[in-house]
Amino acid sequence: MALVINEEQQMLKTSAKELLKNRAPVSALRLLRDSKDSKGYDPQLWQEMAEMGWTALNIPEAYGGLDFGYVGLGQIMEEMGRTLTASPLFSTVWMGATVINLAGNVLQKESLLPAIAEGTQVVALALEETNRHNPSRISTTAIASGEGYVLSGRKVFVLDGHIADKLVVVARTADGDEGINLFLVDSKVEGLSIERKWMMDSRNSATVTLENVSAELLGEEGEGFAALEKMMDIARIGLSAEMLGTMQEAFERTIAYLKERTQFGVQIGSFQALQHRAALMYSEIELCKSLVIKSLQAIDEDSSDLTKLACMTKAKVGETIELVTNEAIQMHGGIGVTDEEEIGFFMKRARVAQRTLGDYHYHLDRFAKLNGF
Amino acid sequence: MSTTTQTDIKTFRAETRAWLEENCPQSMRSPYRSAEDIFWGGSKPEFSSEDQKLWFERMRDKGWTAPAWPKKYGGGGLNKAEYKVFKEEMARINARPPLFSFGLMMLGPALLYFGSEEQKMKYIPEICRGEIWWCQGYSEPGSGSDLASLQTRAEDMGDHFLINGQKIWTSYADQADKIFCLVRTNPKAPKHTGISFVLIDMNQEGVTTRPIKLISGKSPFCETFFDNAKTPKENLVGTLNDGWTIAKYLLTHERSGIGLMPATQSLQDMAIEEIGLENGVLADPILRPQITRWMINEAALKLTTERTMDEAKAGQSPGAKSAFFKYYGTELNKEQSEMRVVIKGFEGVEWGEDYNDGKLARGMCRTKGNSIEGGTSEVMLNIISKRILGLPSR
Repeated sequence: MALVINEEQQMLKTSAKELLKNRAPVSALRLLRDSKDSKGYDPQLWQEMAEMGWTALNIPEAYGGLDFGYVGLGQIMEEMGRTLTASPLFSTVWMGATVINLAGNVLQKESLLPAIAEGTQVVALALEETNRHNPSRISTTAIASGEGYVLSGRKVFVLDGHIADKLVVVARTADGDEGINLFLVDSKVEGLSIERKWMMDSRNSATVTLENVSAELLGEEGEGFAALEKMMDIARIGLSAEMLGTMQEAFERTIAYLKERTQFGVQIGSFQALQHRAALMYSEIELCKSLVIKSLQAIDEDSSDLTKLACMTKAKVGETIELVTNEAIQMHGGIGVTDEEEIGFFMKRARVAQRTLGDYHYHLDRFAKLNGF
Repeated sequence: MSTTTQTDIKTFRAETRAWLEENCPQSMRSPYRSAEDIFWGGSKPEFSSEDQKLWFERMRDKGWTAPAWPKKYGGGGLNKAEYKVFKEEMARINARPPLFSFGLMMLGPALLYFGSEEQKMKYIPEICRGEIWWCQGYSEPGSGSDLASLQTRAEDMGDHFLINGQKIWTSYADQADKIFCLVRTNPKAPKHTGISFVLIDMNQEGVTTRPIKLISGKSPFCETFFDNAKTPKENLVGTLNDGWTIAKYLLTHERSGIGLMPATQSLQDMAIEEIGLENGVLADPILRPQITRWMINEAALKLTTERTMDEAKAGQSPGAKSAFFKYYGTELNKEQSEMRVVIKGFEGVEWGEDYNDGKLARGMCRTKGNSIEGGTSEVMLNIISKRILGLPSR
C-alpha cells in the first residue's frame, strides 16, 4: 500500500487539527494543570470528540462503531500530539476498545463497545506493577469464585485510572505468560481503591489497589495474554503517532524561533552550529514519519509484521522525541527553561510517553530478541 | 504517451519473462559480486566472461540497456507500466544490469533534458550501445565542496573551445573515451553564472590522466590535466554560462545513486556467526544495541524512500530531499562497514596482498569516501537547513 494517507483520512486529520487548535491548545493543558482540575481532562471536549466520531473509529459497525480504521485514528493522535491534548482517547479507545474487541465475548462487546463509541464509557488498563514496563511480571492474583473471579494486587501507572468507569485488569490465574488473563472491574466496586498520581506531563495516572475485588473474565481464560500483547503493539503504534505529532510541533516551533530570534545582530538560525543540528533532527523525523504510517497501515491490514513494526516504531520514535525535545529547549535558550514558554511541556510529555508501554531501551532489546539475538 | 491496457501489460509480462528466461545466461542471474562483474562498455570493451558478452549483446540489440529511453535514440521505448514490469521481471530472476556506465546514469539523462536534438541523436545511441566510455569532470583540487569556484578555463576560439586546467576524482578517466566537464567560460561573472557544461574527447594531445591511490589501496579515481585541449563548440550542452543548472541536476542524480550498499550477509547473521549467543542474546552486549539501532534505521530509511516516491506520485515534490537521502544513506553505510570490522576482530583488520584480500578493512576505508564524494555530509546538511527548513544564510 502506498505510504500516504487517502483523501478521507486527510479530511479527518484536517478537521481534527481545526477542533484541537480552537478547543485544546497547549494553554488548555496548562489550565488543567494549574487549576489542579479534578478530572484532568475536559469532559465537554471529550463529548465533542465523540460527536465527531473519534471514539468510534476503530469499533466495528456491528457494535455501534464506524470501522474507519487505525490509520485514521492515528491522524487524530498525531494532531493531539501537536497540541498536547489531554483526553481519555488513548486509554479508552486505543487500549480499552482494542482489547475488548480482540478478547471480549459477544455479550461483553455489546455492553461495552457502543458505550465507548458514544463517549459515555471511560476504560483504563491496569497493567504495570513495577517501575519499568514489564507485561510478563504480573503478581496480581485472580481466583475463581462462583460465577466470576476475585482479584488482589497493586497496579501502578494506570493511565486515566481515577476517571475510568471500567478497568481492564491484568491478573494471574496460573504461572507463565499463559496464566496471565484479563478481567473487567467496575470502578465503583468494593475493595478497589484508586489514588491519583501527579505526573510530569500533567496527564492522568493512578495507583490502583485491589483487595478481593469481584471481577469478570474478559473473553476466555488462557487467551488473555495473546490479546494483551496484540493490543499493546497496536497501542504502541498509536502512541508513536501521538509522539510524532509532538516532535514535529516542537521541531517546527524551534525552527520558527531560530528564524525570529536575533543575537550578534543576526538571526540565530544563520549559525551553522544550529543549522546542522536542525538538519539532523529533520532527518530523524523523516524516518519516524515513514515508520508510523507503515505501522498504522499494518494494523488495518492485520499484517504479520505488526509486532516487529510496533517495536521498531516505538524505539525510533522514542529515541527521536528525546533528541528533538532536548534540542528544542536548548535552542530556545533561557526562555526554553521557563515555565511561561510552552516548549517545556513537549519535553515533559515526551518523557511520560517514552515510559508508556516500553521505552527506547525496552524496544531495542525486544527487537534484537525478535531477530534471534 | 501511449496508453497500456491490463491485457497489454499481461502480454508484455509474459513475453518479457519468456525472453529473459531464454536469453539471460545462468551466470548473469546474480547481483554484482565484484568490480569484474560490471561491464562498462567503451571503445575497447573488456568482458570478463563469454556469458557477460552474450548477455550484453542480446540486451543491447533489444534496446534494453536503456529500457525507458525513447526508441529513436536507441532506448527500449518502454512506457512507465512496461518499465515497471521489466524491472520486476529482471528482479525475479536476479538478472544483473548488462551495462553500467556514467553515460547511462548521468550524461544520458542530462542530454535528454538539456541537450539539442543533434546532440541527442549523436550521443545517446552510442551510450545505449555501450560504445563510448564517458567520465565526469567536476571537482578540482581547489574546488571540492565549493564546486562552483572551479577554475578550469574554456576559451572561445571561434569554432572551438581551448581548455586549460585540472580535474580531480574523475572516475576511470584513464580508461574513458570522453568526458563531460564543467568549465569556466566567463571568469568575470559571479561564480555560478560563468560555468558551462561541455563534452571533450579524452583521446587527444593536451589531455593526460594520473590514477589516485586511496586509503583502501586502490581506486578508479584519477586526476585529469587539460593543457590546451580542444573541443568543437557544438559540444556545449545547454546554454553558454548556464552549466550550473545541469551540474545541480546531475548532482541530484549522483546523490540518489550513492547510498546504502547491498550486503551479502546481514549484520546480525555475521555477528551471531562470529560472536555467538549467550542465553539467547548476542555475547557482545555493546554491539547488540548498536546493530539493533542500525537495523531499525536501515529499515526506516528504505521505508522513507518508498514513502517519498509514493508522495511524488501523489503530487508532492521531493524537492531538495535527495540531500537527506545522500546524507543518511552514506552515514549508515559507514556505520555498517565499521561494525563489520568490529565483528570480525583480527580478520576484520587483515589487509592481505591483493585488493581482493582484506575486503572488510579495505571496504571500511572505502566507505570513508562515501560521505565526501558527491557532496560531503556537511554540505548535505547545509542544503537541508537552507532549502528544506528555510534557515537564513549569513
